[in-house]
Amino acid sequence: MAQGPYSDKVMDHFMHPRNMGEIEDASGVGEVGNPACGDVMRLYLKIEDGKIVDAKFKTFGCGAAIASSSMTTELIKGKSIDEALKLSNEAVSEALGGLPPAKQHCSVLAEDALRAALEDYKKKQGTA
Amino acid sequence: MLYFDIMNRVYFDHAATTPVDKRVLEAMLPYFSDSFGNPSSVLIEEGGPPRQALDEARKKVANLIGARSEEVLFTSSATESNNLAIKGLALAHKSKGNKILFSEIEHYSIMLQADSLRGLGFEVDFVKVDTDGLIDMADLKKKVTKGTILASIMQANMEIGTVQPIKEIGRFLKEQGVLFHSDGAGTCGQIPVNVQELGVDAMTISGHQFYGPKGAAGLYLRSGVPMRPILHGGFQEMGYRAGTENVPAIVGFGEASRLAQVEMEEKVARVARLGQKLWAGIASITYLHFTGHPTQRLPGHVSFWIEFVEGESLLLWLNLNGIAASTGSACASNVLAADETGLKASHVLTAVGVPPEICHGSITFSLGRENTEEEVDYALSVMPTIVDRLREMSPLYEKAKGGK
Repeated sequence: MAQGPYSDKVMDHFMHPRNMGEIEDASGVGEVGNPACGDVMRLYLKIEDGKIVDAKFKTFGCGAAIASSSMTTELIKGKSIDEALKLSNEAVSEALGGLPPAKQHCSVLAEDALRAALEDYKKKQGTA
Repeated sequence: MLYFDIMNRVYFDHAATTPVDKRVLEAMLPYFSDSFGNPSSVLIEEGGPPRQALDEARKKVANLIGARSEEVLFTSSATESNNLAIKGLALAHKSKGNKILFSEIEHYSIMLQADSLRGLGFEVDFVKVDTDGLIDMADLKKKVTKGTILASIMQANMEIGTVQPIKEIGRFLKEQGVLFHSDGAGTCGQIPVNVQELGVDAMTISGHQFYGPKGAAGLYLRSGVPMRPILHGGFQEMGYRAGTENVPAIVGFGEASRLAQVEMEEKVARVARLGQKLWAGIASITYLHFTGHPTQRLPGHVSFWIEFVEGESLLLWLNLNGIAASTGSACASNVLAADETGLKASHVLTAVGVPPEICHGSITFSLGRENTEEEVDYALSVMPTIVDRLREMSPLYEKAKGGK
């Protein structure tokens, strides 16, 4: 059920966000904000043997921000750190069936949150 | 979590537009294919009925606002009326001065004229409002100076609902010899308006806000006040607005005005009662802040923002639950724009002191005559669930609750 400029996929992730919540003993946490819109996204990663075994998020934001967070967690679960680092905002947007031009920054925010969480993980590991 | 197979929509967005009243539609129908003539074709038979229909509609709109027929001009939209009034009055009075004042919460069709007015040699300044959205009279008095020729202050803001003390403002501006235009798109046909009592020189009227069709609007212009046209061409609308009149829409606008006048008292009382119920019910949501003036406001208009709940998400969830509302949140401000520079916090909310750096959950419910008590109860029953759900997702809420 697409809504205005939002695709079916975006609305699906907005209505049924995957992996919403927190990870108590997260290996890495990244929180980023977007000044254009005031969105705040926090991403939790559970990493074992260099692999992302679990990912969860909490987001304060618009439909596109929530859908981008949700899609990002789906795309990185089971991936290695190196593979996850290659995830681009375009890939997130594409997986969502596209975002309106004015909302592309939401997928950038998701990419930034992922990078921040991986940074945090590396720092905790003492490898940053 | 929520049920979205809603058969009946709950329409709480009457500030955006209203459905055309069936009686209005009936009145319009003969003017499409039967009495199709051009009202300017006065020397042939076909021009007669459309010309009479225009005159009749003009009388009805004039009656609604306490004006004389010849003081009402038809335009295509409130936006056009606002442009005609400001540019037309400014250009006609340029020899007397070049300063123009707007309130800082005007509709974009006023606000965005500032640049083109500056290009025409005018100076534009903005009058402040207080946190309830009321005009700061001291600021107005300070900003009216020697070269001020025109002020435009809306009667009611549709985002926050505040109704201005237009009579008091009009009295002051008259003493100062400053022309006064008021955008009445949020009030004419919705609450009692009398242009004589208000002391305005020009006033914008929008028909589709009170069950008339889109495509017809009006501008009241006090007799004897010079104004230049901005659309040039034929001698329609007494020379103030060239272009063949949209006869069916204008007939509808007229009929909607007549009905609004007849049914005003009952409608206002009913909508106000429903609005009060909605207001009282919503007040129980924590971290909720109402916007606009608590009492000097449009009946049936409830506007607020909620901390830790983003406006667009709230609007989308309300929509999924069958409820139509609107939001002034930055995130939803211009979702159809070409890029993110179109996303700005509402200038109205910023003016009344809502922090612009945070994309708050600003929502406006504007009720209309077809809304029922059951619909208000329904909205009140789904709101807390939606708010809880969005807060549960928000990393800001847990911080406020004393979490991480």
